[in-house]
Amino acid sequence: MAKDKPGTIEVKSFGTHHVITQPNPLRKVLMRVPESDLDDPVGRAEKALAGLSGEFKEWMTIEADRLSAAHAAALRDGFNDQTREELFRAAHDIKGDAATFGYPSAAAAAESLCRIIEHAPDLDAVPPQLITHHINAVQAIVRERTRLDTTVVASVLSKQLRGIADEFLTHANRDRPEHLEAILAPSIVPNE
Amino acid sequence: MYRIDFNKLRFLICDDNPHMRRILRTLLHSFGAREVYEAEDGATALEMYTHYVPDIVITDWSMPIFDGLELAQMIRQPESKGNPYAPIIMLTGHSEKRRVTVARDAGITEFLAKPISAKGLYQRILNVVANPRPFIKTKTYFGPDRRRNTTNTYIGPERRGSGEVEVMQQPSLLEKARTSI
Repeated sequence: MAKDKPGTIEVKSFGTHHVITQPNPLRKVLMRVPESDLDDPVGRAEKALAGLSGEFKEWMTIEADRLSAAHAAALRDGFNDQTREELFRAAHDIKGDAATFGYPSAAAAAESLCRIIEHAPDLDAVPPQLITHHINAVQAIVRERTRLDTTVVASVLSKQLRGIADEFLTHANRDRPEHLEAILAPSIVPNE
Repeated sequence: MYRIDFNKLRFLICDDNPHMRRILRTLLHSFGAREVYEAEDGATALEMYTHYVPDIVITDWSMPIFDGLELAQMIRQPESKGNPYAPIIMLTGHSEKRRVTVARDAGITEFLAKPISAKGLYQRILNVVANPRPFIKTKTYFGPDRRRNTTNTYIGPERRGSGEVEVMQQPSLLEKARTSI
């Protein structure tokens, strides 16, 4: 759409690699504007996102229920590729979405659960209560969010779960250095 | 100061989560984009990529059928009929540094860790529009130059051999992509 006249690609060949350069095909969408320009696309987008926020509670409930359903399936059928994948996917979606929906503590609890699923050497050897507590925590955080005193409790709850999960994972992976390194590595997401 | 005319950009977003697709669509439309195509899995996204020839792809990592990483690898095929050069922004809940490295090695242009923000998304788009990097082709890699910075303090092995420089002109692959659909 933006590429009206594609330019010629230049290829420089070296001993082990080629460097391929083409004129910027998207340069035509760049507009020079004066410093006094008041257009604020980011502010506009933030307002639009705030306009969606009325739906976030419902979306978060759907995500939390999906997580509980995936957990119920794993309890019923045991951990296999399918149940493990669905539980991870449900937790991973909450990890990524919940903070945007206004539930950062649910995101933290879901991240902790993702780490367990990803790094436990054997999911059947994970204490079942550890996984259940994560599921229940997400549900509780979502259900109780409207109460003003729950924000701090939710934060403490998710941090405690993460601490217990990390302790378990560190011990379980003591002979698996590649996992241990990943478990102990800092997140690239900046702290709030 | 520069702004992006989003009105002229065509986006393809790929995420299996309908809520995240809605948020992405809302943000892009608010920026000014009109053409935003959506796919809920990698296979559909690849089909739409070939059909719509988007200017920018925004993809999740973890998806059914094949994931965002595989989608990137399939787009970054130098001999493919489609455009292998389109900027790919990976928007993912994965937040470990090693994931960034894996995504980079699959040919991702920009990495954006969730939770998403309007500012973060805008900056990534601005970066791929205003500062495109040359592409590198080796026996094992085809994608944007993974070296964003040149530094004199690097002390590791030099993985790129030099040798004689040969400059070849060839027909635009973008043109090839356009005529193939």
